[in-house]
Amino acid sequence: MSDTYDRRHIGRAASPAEYGGRRHAPPLRTPLPLKERPAARLPAPSDWTFELIEQYHDAIRATAARFGLDTYPNQLEIITAEQMMDAYASVGMPVNYRHWSYGKEFISTEKNYRRGHMGLAYEIVINSNPCISYLMEENTMAMQALVIAHAAYGHNSFFKGNYLFRMWTDASSIIDYLVYAKNYVAAAEERHGIDAVELLLDSCHALMNYGVDRYRRPSKLSLAQEQARLKEREAYAQQQVNEIWRTLPPRVERDEVEREAPRFPVEPQENLLYFVEKNAPLLEPWQREIVRIVRKIAQYFYPQRQTQVMNEGWATFWHHHLLNTMYDDGWLDDGIMIECLKSHTNVVYQPPVGHPAYSGINPYALGFAMYTDIKRICEAPTDEDRAWFPDIAGSEWLATLDHAMRNFKDESFVGQYLSPRVMRAFRMFAIRDDDTEPTLEVSAIHDEAGYRSLRESLSRQYDLGSREPNIQVWSVNLRGDRSLMLRHTQHNNRPLHDSAYEVMKHVARLWGFPVHLESVNAQGNVSRRWTVDPSTT
Amino acid sequence: MQQIIDRRLAGKNKSIGNRERFLRRHKEQIRDAVRRAVEGRGIRDIAQGEDIHIPRRDISEPVFGHGSGGQREMVHPGNKDFVQGDRIERPQGGGGGGGSGQASDSGEGEDDFVFHLTKEEFMQFFFDDLALPNLIRTTLADTPEFKTHRAGFSSDGTPNNLHVVRSMRGAIGRRIALGSSSRRTLHQLEEQLEALRAQPATPERVLEIEQIEAEIEALRLRLEHIPYLDPIDLRYRSRVRTPVPTAKAVMFCLMDVSGSMDESRKDLAKRFFILLYLFLTRHYEKIEIVFIRHHTQAQEVNEHDFFHATETGGTVVSSALVLMEDIIQARYPRGEWNIYGAQASDGDNWHDDSPRCRDILAQKILPLVRYFAYIQVVEQEQNLWHEYATLADDSENFAIRKAAEVHQIYPVFRDLFKKEGAAT
Repeated sequence: MSDTYDRRHIGRAASPAEYGGRRHAPPLRTPLPLKERPAARLPAPSDWTFELIEQYHDAIRATAARFGLDTYPNQLEIITAEQMMDAYASVGMPVNYRHWSYGKEFISTEKNYRRGHMGLAYEIVINSNPCISYLMEENTMAMQALVIAHAAYGHNSFFKGNYLFRMWTDASSIIDYLVYAKNYVAAAEERHGIDAVELLLDSCHALMNYGVDRYRRPSKLSLAQEQARLKEREAYAQQQVNEIWRTLPPRVERDEVEREAPRFPVEPQENLLYFVEKNAPLLEPWQREIVRIVRKIAQYFYPQRQTQVMNEGWATFWHHHLLNTMYDDGWLDDGIMIECLKSHTNVVYQPPVGHPAYSGINPYALGFAMYTDIKRICEAPTDEDRAWFPDIAGSEWLATLDHAMRNFKDESFVGQYLSPRVMRAFRMFAIRDDDTEPTLEVSAIHDEAGYRSLRESLSRQYDLGSREPNIQVWSVNLRGDRSLMLRHTQHNNRPLHDSAYEVMKHVARLWGFPVHLESVNAQGNVSRRWTVDPSTT
Repeated sequence: MQQIIDRRLAGKNKSIGNRERFLRRHKEQIRDAVRRAVEGRGIRDIAQGEDIHIPRRDISEPVFGHGSGGQREMVHPGNKDFVQGDRIERPQGGGGGGGSGQASDSGEGEDDFVFHLTKEEFMQFFFDDLALPNLIRTTLADTPEFKTHRAGFSSDGTPNNLHVVRSMRGAIGRRIALGSSSRRTLHQLEEQLEALRAQPATPERVLEIEQIEAEIEALRLRLEHIPYLDPIDLRYRSRVRTPVPTAKAVMFCLMDVSGSMDESRKDLAKRFFILLYLFLTRHYEKIEIVFIRHHTQAQEVNEHDFFHATETGGTVVSSALVLMEDIIQARYPRGEWNIYGAQASDGDNWHDDSPRCRDILAQKILPLVRYFAYIQVVEQEQNLWHEYATLADDSENFAIRKAAEVHQIYPVFRDLFKKEGAAT
């Protein structure tokens, strides 16, 4: 496969060596033939039954197998609307520790749902092994079929195949870990009081997006090992902090000390929570463990944040493709098919800018359009496609799609595969907002001159690195007040939001000593500075 | 392995714990909201939920994010007629206008976060304020008490409910029924035996007699084996729980509305009335409330005027007591109504009037009412307090209390609740 990607494009696919080399079966080159046409179409009442779901599931599974979708085993669970709201509230996970913010989420979901402001999602799917898909009781049979195809085969195969998920998450141990986390937090609340734990969790949540390792795969541990290592880790971590406590410097000449001024950390650290966990001087062992729990969970969700378009697009593409194939094969009834298509149309609706419902690009719509277009480029390339995608035009679509799903994240996926035709279909245009200019500028539109720049700019838009401010641990004042210095490196001179001060209070609570945040612009000058001293607040 | 699991019965409300955390965190705001709600509500409407407003900024969870400024480029769909190089006016609303990517959940809008406090939660906060003991909370919040009474007989029960006469009657019937056919045969055989014996003995007859005697013996044995008392004969008195028969009650709210009763004192008084009302709702199905306000003269008013109209002037407490007595005599005959009185005042009274109040209470009102509670909303003791204090010492159904804070209200009802609590 390695010869199919083009290094001229933005974003490079990861090679298997980079994610531990877990191998997967090679993709099918062409769909397998249908074994035999079903004798009759599946029954199509609007109400589902367990037997019906099973029949549909069998048909969907057989169809998915024809396309070689590689999934974790599926576990379908029927839940009620209330349970769906419960699941919403705890970030979609079946178990989680308790926190008021989940209660807030629950209350607002419930309120919106009860007043009819919002429909609930038809499904929630959990990246676990086996892959758990929640089907809502209220769904009709057609919706259940759509959801099974979407979640149990689309998302599931994405979770299993995409390199980010393979690299960063451990589907087999996440539920175990959450159980462990829940018990640990509950035990901490009992021992140290709900308030202390709540404050700590608030602070950790504020830094959650800065609690991910971007370049190293976390080790894989089962619940039992995790618990076994806990005690050891607590003791060890506490020892490590002594680095900051060490008040007696080694005996050296005074001027030599000043000349060398040892930096700590030696290099800037971007994982703030990790740094806090390992180095914050005043944290108790249980507090470090909770920081670690939040960090681990943030890490688990990190790939999801980076693959929204790809993930939703993949699932949408497959439910569409599977259901259509099933219809052609004689499984599905007209009524079921029409209902599925109607929902599908709603899902991929992209309101144009200026529309009241507009809130950015709909990841379902974009992802679906891109995968569909890749398939089209493989099957029926135009001259334009041949010029833009010489490597995939006319290739086998299953293998090409599989490669695209496995080896990219949103940023690189858009950079690699966004075709002029999709840009035209979406009528995309880019607006440049420069605070030194009085007006906004339309920098590119969907025309020959603008395709490349549009594609680059959309790709950047999906880059978490530029979407979130770049904040790193700069230094710790070892000799003085033990204050922590964070540094924000401005990207395109974009300043920090004013909420930074509130976040810094949380950082100060974790660190226990004064914390500073400097915002550095492109010229290398500090343009703004925040300081929070926990002893005075 | 593929499987479908039905989780629907696996318990909902997993988020209740998180909801409690949320309420706990915003206790202060919710308590304030409950206080305001109590002020705004009628006494009868107290047991309801309430919408709570919390300012967005109090519940936001801050994260690092970009502010407005700098250079950035956003791609949007749905171009209508722009071409490259077009210039557009910056949308109003400052830099936040373009920030559709970031602002979604941090909630830039200043709308309040609104949610509904259930009735139970509302009452919990209300009781918290009043510092009610837990036992009282349950008696107030629960359904009314039950009384057991006899309802016929049943075939199972506890030994202390055994009804001996019924059980024995059943046993006799059973013995008769079970033994009747055997007994009939027995009689026939005995008659045959008599007849045979009366005739001369021949070897055949002797043989026959022996046979019949053996049969008679067998039947006797069978009859003897019918038990005298069998478990199925036992009958027990059946007792069923039914809600206490409900009755009518009338509650008199007496309040001094002279100039010295300001809003906060009235609010205190209102809670005092509410508490009595809640207590009564648990015990009586039909409750009427009579509001009597007074300064130098007393008048019967509706609830709104009772709490909100202000008047000035001196104070003659006895006028209210006289009016109360008149109303009782006219509308609430003692045999039909349970009468409760609650009086709130700041203790001011026309000097010569206080002994008169005591006399009216002691001689006319206290004999009529089940309970009369008085709170004084200021610390300072004046002659009314002294007069009432002497009366309270030797009356069972009269309680007085000073309450400058809401949590001091409850003790005035302590005896009342204690009495009712002991009865259940």
